[in-house]
Amino acid sequence: MKSRKLLLGTRKGLVVYKESSGGWKFDLLAFRGLPVSLTMVDDRNNIWWACLDHGHWGCKLHKSMDEGKTWLELTTPKFPEGEEVKDGVPAAVKYLWALSHGGVDNAGKIWLGTEPGGLFESTDDGASFKLNRGLWDQPSRKDQWFGGGRDYAGIHSILVDPRNSDHIYVGISAAGVFETVDGGKNWEVRNKGLKADFLPDPDAEVGQDPHLLVSCASNPDVLWQQNHCGIFRSIDGAKTWEEVSEKEGPAKFGFAVAVDDNNADVAWVVPAVKDEMRVPVDNALCVCRTDDGGKTWKDLREGLPQEHCFDIIYRHAMVHDNETVAFGTTTGNVYLSHNRGDNWEVLSHHLAAVYSVEFTQGSI
Amino acid sequence: MPNVKFTPNLKRFYPDLDTGQFNGENVAELLDNINQKYSGIKDYIVDEQGELRKHVNIFIGNEMVKDKIKLTDHLSDDDEVYILQALSGG
Repeated sequence: MKSRKLLLGTRKGLVVYKESSGGWKFDLLAFRGLPVSLTMVDDRNNIWWACLDHGHWGCKLHKSMDEGKTWLELTTPKFPEGEEVKDGVPAAVKYLWALSHGGVDNAGKIWLGTEPGGLFESTDDGASFKLNRGLWDQPSRKDQWFGGGRDYAGIHSILVDPRNSDHIYVGISAAGVFETVDGGKNWEVRNKGLKADFLPDPDAEVGQDPHLLVSCASNPDVLWQQNHCGIFRSIDGAKTWEEVSEKEGPAKFGFAVAVDDNNADVAWVVPAVKDEMRVPVDNALCVCRTDDGGKTWKDLREGLPQEHCFDIIYRHAMVHDNETVAFGTTTGNVYLSHNRGDNWEVLSHHLAAVYSVEFTQGSI
Repeated sequence: MPNVKFTPNLKRFYPDLDTGQFNGENVAELLDNINQKYSGIKDYIVDEQGELRKHVNIFIGNEMVKDKIKLTDHLSDDDEVYILQALSGG
């Protein structure tokens, strides 16, 4: 029987909850004790993917054909011998940070982003990967990309246009947004309007720091990003960006952002204090939602702790599915709302730090 | 041939892993030969450029390998080699 499932990639394993008439219940645990940095459910074929970040043994990539009951380890993408992040620094995969399928007309195609900033492409459902030369050879990479929160620049966002699978955006911390319209052969910088207040020139073409890039499923020309320096929105396919941070209020800095699939004006963020410390604003947990494209923001606090709170929400750890919004936190809490954030309920207070959250329509 | 012992923590991923003798003039060659028997295990020990992973240690007898980049430390037939995980994390 079909029922929604919620996949939680945590520091100590993949935890799956399943929705039933009685609410959300624990369904399964996979990779017990191992950090799961990211999941992806391929909605073309219901294959589940999981990225692992072993403390000792490196990054590993797994996939499951039975909704997480059993898993197959794949060969992890590798940089070709001799590739360098910078002159004298060999390129080796440190972290698996972004996954996307390659479009409904590209069966078997998978895109995967890593730190350092490699974009890998598979055409055989993950049996093999090759480095995308177009982005790796982008002229700005060696000298203008740098680490943002991690040692090296990393690709954390991959958006394949549902109307045209050769049209792809990637988000890179810290470099910015890049776009290809020819399936990855050529990439153009798309950072116009972004501000990098940590650089001598805040308007620098490259060196911007999007924390997460998302697009509206029904209107993919509208993109949102939670950036290190504010919340930005584009309504012209990333040709230009406009800051829509709240002038008087908490909605400015954070990591995660979600946009409504059916209304590109509706988006959610979870604010935090910026550079001097990473804690919730006023140590109170608050989700902010805009219903008007970022002109105004509404604080959503009902059901969330409002004192002595240290929960931070990582970039892949908030999602929405119709009226339901879910997020997981660095302190192992998971919250759900069934009315777009107006009220929140607790799913768990007892998980490990949550790295990623994803809804899927399960069939098992 | 050098005798190789593994941290039991690798048995989670390679249940059949056991102490054994493997050919190798140096540590890099040894890992290639171990990988022949336990397909993919090399990726757990070194990265794609052949560098020893940050939290993995290899000892030859009581001596930690000196070359963690290219793993060129020489091996003798009677060496005992230990592949271990370093202490870290929580």
